[in-house]
Amino acid sequence: MEYFFQQLINGLTLGSIYGLIAIGYTMVYGIIGMINFAHGDIFMIGAFISLAMFLVLTTVLGFAFLPVVLLLVLIVAMLFTSAWGWAVERVAYRPLRGSFRLAPLITAIGMSIVLQNFVQITQGARVKPLPPQIPGGITLFQGSTEAGTIVVQLSYMQIIIIVTTVVLMAAFTLIINRTSLGRAQRACEQDRKMAALLGVDVDRTISLTFVMGAALAAVAGFMFLLLYGVIDFYIGFLAGVKAFTAAVLGGIGSLPGAMLGGLLIGLIEVFWSGYFSVEYKDVAAFSILAIVLIFLPSGLLGRPEVEKV
Amino acid sequence: MTASGTHVPASTQKPVGAQAQAEDRRSLGRTDTVSENRLAASLRDAAVAAFLAGVLGFFFIGLRTDLAPGGLDIRMRWAAWITAIIVVFVGRLALNVFVFKAAHPVGEDIGAKVAGMGRAVPGLGKWLTRALFLFALVLPFFFTTFFPGRDRQFIDLAILIMTYIMLGWGLNIVVGLAGLLDLGYVAFYAVGAYSFALLAQHFEIGFWAALPLAGLLAAFWGMILGFPVLRLRGDYLAIVTLAFGEIIRVVLLNWYSFTGGPNGISGIPKPTFFGLEMSRGDDGFAAFFGIEYDPIQRFMYLYYIIFALALLTNLVTLRLRKLPIGRAWEALREDEIACRSLGINTRNTKLTAFAIGAMFGGFAGSFFATRQGFISPESFSFIESAMILAIVVLGGLGSQLGIVIASIVMIGGIEMLRNLGFLTEIFGPGFDPVQYRMLIFGLAMVLIMVWKPRGLVTTREPTAALREKKRIGADMVAQGEGH
Repeated sequence: MEYFFQQLINGLTLGSIYGLIAIGYTMVYGIIGMINFAHGDIFMIGAFISLAMFLVLTTVLGFAFLPVVLLLVLIVAMLFTSAWGWAVERVAYRPLRGSFRLAPLITAIGMSIVLQNFVQITQGARVKPLPPQIPGGITLFQGSTEAGTIVVQLSYMQIIIIVTTVVLMAAFTLIINRTSLGRAQRACEQDRKMAALLGVDVDRTISLTFVMGAALAAVAGFMFLLLYGVIDFYIGFLAGVKAFTAAVLGGIGSLPGAMLGGLLIGLIEVFWSGYFSVEYKDVAAFSILAIVLIFLPSGLLGRPEVEKV
Repeated sequence: MTASGTHVPASTQKPVGAQAQAEDRRSLGRTDTVSENRLAASLRDAAVAAFLAGVLGFFFIGLRTDLAPGGLDIRMRWAAWITAIIVVFVGRLALNVFVFKAAHPVGEDIGAKVAGMGRAVPGLGKWLTRALFLFALVLPFFFTTFFPGRDRQFIDLAILIMTYIMLGWGLNIVVGLAGLLDLGYVAFYAVGAYSFALLAQHFEIGFWAALPLAGLLAAFWGMILGFPVLRLRGDYLAIVTLAFGEIIRVVLLNWYSFTGGPNGISGIPKPTFFGLEMSRGDDGFAAFFGIEYDPIQRFMYLYYIIFALALLTNLVTLRLRKLPIGRAWEALREDEIACRSLGINTRNTKLTAFAIGAMFGGFAGSFFATRQGFISPESFSFIESAMILAIVVLGGLGSQLGIVIASIVMIGGIEMLRNLGFLTEIFGPGFDPVQYRMLIFGLAMVLIMVWKPRGLVTTREPTAALREKKRIGADMVAQGEGH
């Protein structure tokens, strides 16, 4: 039972990270109907920027007060990763808008290859370990089994991740629902041509959607770095596929759906590794992707897609 | 709100691409101030690009984290960062002056000339095909005669390119003809390779006996994986096939007792020529025919095997296109609903496309196994699928010749980087052009797609036509819309 609770907490933490990445997929898919294949690599870029910024602040500039450092890293990572997200859209997707559907998918795959190899060349192929920065936690309860005592712990790290995710989710929901930018985004999602006729700057709205997705991916990257303490240039692929699974599971185009899907994928992955086998945890995620798309293509909270002839 | 909001001045927000070019052309040559404005705009644009490069590159080119004894160490690389900014500035300025904002864009001239050439020589594609075929036929002898020192290397490269041509042609059946976007094609390549390797390991079956079995097994897997995705289209189909490809790779990686896990399978036998081995010795190929033994003969033989397999793929595809099933594929690609209303069994049509495409993938996989003599799951990662799909799409969907050109350009061009030793002398001993090959590959994918979204060869002849055949331009074809 204690093991179950501990896994539940771990799953929710991991799920928060997937959820944050999934929002980027779901927003882009909602607005231009394409899978932004490079989004997983934007997440990886965010993790690398976080690492570099963290090292600059702590070792070069000598900041010691951790909360300030973390906040600064978060802001810088979001800003610079957004620039990457904007640039990817500008270079690889905007020239192909209105082109046939395979073209942006190919440039997206190409962009993903470019980003991975760019980071591999500039930062090296070896993994970058970062020792745990936020030690300690709250012990929820203790239980004893034949094997010894099991402690169910909610670490401060996990609290930070979950709280940040909740805050960001709330903020983004507000942006989408209350601001003019959000209104423009929803308009573009429904009918891009009509939105343009009514004076919405469609290109700008799409760019800002990429920027928002990239900023959230940067947060996810930073949290991934803090949680696992190891990153390399290839983390984007798996995390990207899982986050996309999350977006599809929750219903593509739906923000709460992406978050729900992320949490579910995180829980499934953690419980699968905890109770079945660690080796096949990726198979679990991929299978869910296939099963959901085949049997429930509109996801849990999505609207069913009506085919127009 | 975030970086882009502040970093992007209004100058880059104006219309881009064709519209901007049209506007520039309208204002062309009125007064000198226009050209001055154009230069100023070019400079401003280049400055913006350089600034963006500085922002994007700061944490990657300007800083470098490295493992150090006490944890991670970070160091600045100002020189590299500033060089990158200058390179981007100069490059963008040159592009602006000569292409984007030029009075007579260079690219347009070349494009027009190429298009004119295609029109002027109507049979260009046909003649190019014949020339390439003849060259491919004599290729090993060409290299042994004219490049005796490096023939082995060149023939090996030709084998690699030919393998990708075959894979491209195989995938073309699924993507180009039937319009089913498959991102997990490498799974069938892996099935073919592992079938042969395991058959050879456990039952000592030779290459030629295993080849049809591997093809059948791959086709069988094509059906199994094709069945659940019948209802999916476009991007969703792509991502599910990607998932299937990864599942097969992960299973190969973790099923130690059967596949050897990450260690793979080694000692896969080489193909024989009607029972004659390509080896020195009395019962070898050379001794039997009374010619002198040369290790290059083995490579030449491998080359002719993959050449024959690729030709087989091509011939089968060309014939199938003329059969009802091929017509059904192309109809399915253009409009699935219309297909169904006309009574075409879409399920069977899709499954045969998957199965036949997979079968050729399986053949190629067997060949890969016998050529390498060693296989491991590492060779069958997603990047392979992406490369094969890139070749098919860049070549122009459905075009057999386009795939050949794309394979030569992408695979051959990338492998040529290994020969650029002189760059090491320019950039210093730490510079290794080989590590840039995937970066260049990705960039080429993006740039070629942006330049020619329909692929390199965009016109094609309709398979079925009323009265006369007309060449169809890219703009008139709705192929590969993801239906």
